[in-house]
Amino acid sequence: MYGALWRVLPGPWWVRLLLVLALVAAIVAALVFWVFPFVDQFVTPQDVTVEEP
Amino acid sequence: MAIDLERRLKKKPRRRVSVVGIIGELFITAGVVVLMFLGWQVWLGNLIDGNAQKDESVALSQTWNKGQSPEVAPAGRPDPGPPVVGTAPENAVQFGNIIIPRFGADYIRPIREGIGVEDVLNVGVGHYPGTSMPGAVGNSAFAAHRTGHGSPFFDIEKIAVGDHIFVETEAGWYQYSMRSLEYVQPTGVGVLAPVPQVAGATPTDRILTLTSCNPVFTASERIILYALYDTWYPRASGAPAEIAALVAGETS
Repeated sequence: MYGALWRVLPGPWWVRLLLVLALVAAIVAALVFWVFPFVDQFVTPQDVTVEEP
Repeated sequence: MAIDLERRLKKKPRRRVSVVGIIGELFITAGVVVLMFLGWQVWLGNLIDGNAQKDESVALSQTWNKGQSPEVAPAGRPDPGPPVVGTAPENAVQFGNIIIPRFGADYIRPIREGIGVEDVLNVGVGHYPGTSMPGAVGNSAFAAHRTGHGSPFFDIEKIAVGDHIFVETEAGWYQYSMRSLEYVQPTGVGVLAPVPQVAGATPTDRILTLTSCNPVFTASERIILYALYDTWYPRASGAPAEIAALVAGETS
């Protein structure tokens, strides 16, 4: 999968490396700013108040 | 011909993309993403959200200071008299900040009215509606996340007896001292009573109550912190020396 990606990318090795780094940065940013906050509301306890039963 | 054959022999065989290989790589990727999520949850996410909350608090503080750095209240200042107490704003409106020096010299978080998850607790500290306002006789109660969304009360159990907790409003700064911790069930609303856990009693003390979830990373119980009022610092006559640099926006 990742090997195939590397072969599909154009240019010499350093261009491919830059492309891969840019791709990874974009994916990490999407995870941190959208995916993780969304998932978090289901896995982290949200109850911090005392309330009537 | 011979050269051509030689080249063909040297040429590496083209690797086939196998199903097992793809599944393996997907598993590895999933593992890395889960580890990244944990790192985000306990560190990076709180750093991002906590900084945003701090900036919001300092901005409000500086608005009230009209852009000036507040003076530092002198050690032998005269008795400020009974504290001026504000009125509760509409739900989810920010009306103050909480400052806990035990959590670091740069710890300041916004306080909003209400305890809604989305509009209040996910962006700072919430003030229980119907409890006293800061500085008033009775019980002024607050809630905040212990994990996630900036984790305002992550280290709540590390606050030691006698540690100062400040609540800032437009009127000035109210200083409380940590008195005790208590652990209750999620339904233990007695902690919000004007005299905590004594139903119907008439209050004479000015009490600050903080609530959060317990044990850390779970929510089967609630951790409660009580603090008692010491004194207050009217905004016009200077900020407490302990937090003056912070409310002036001088800490990074």
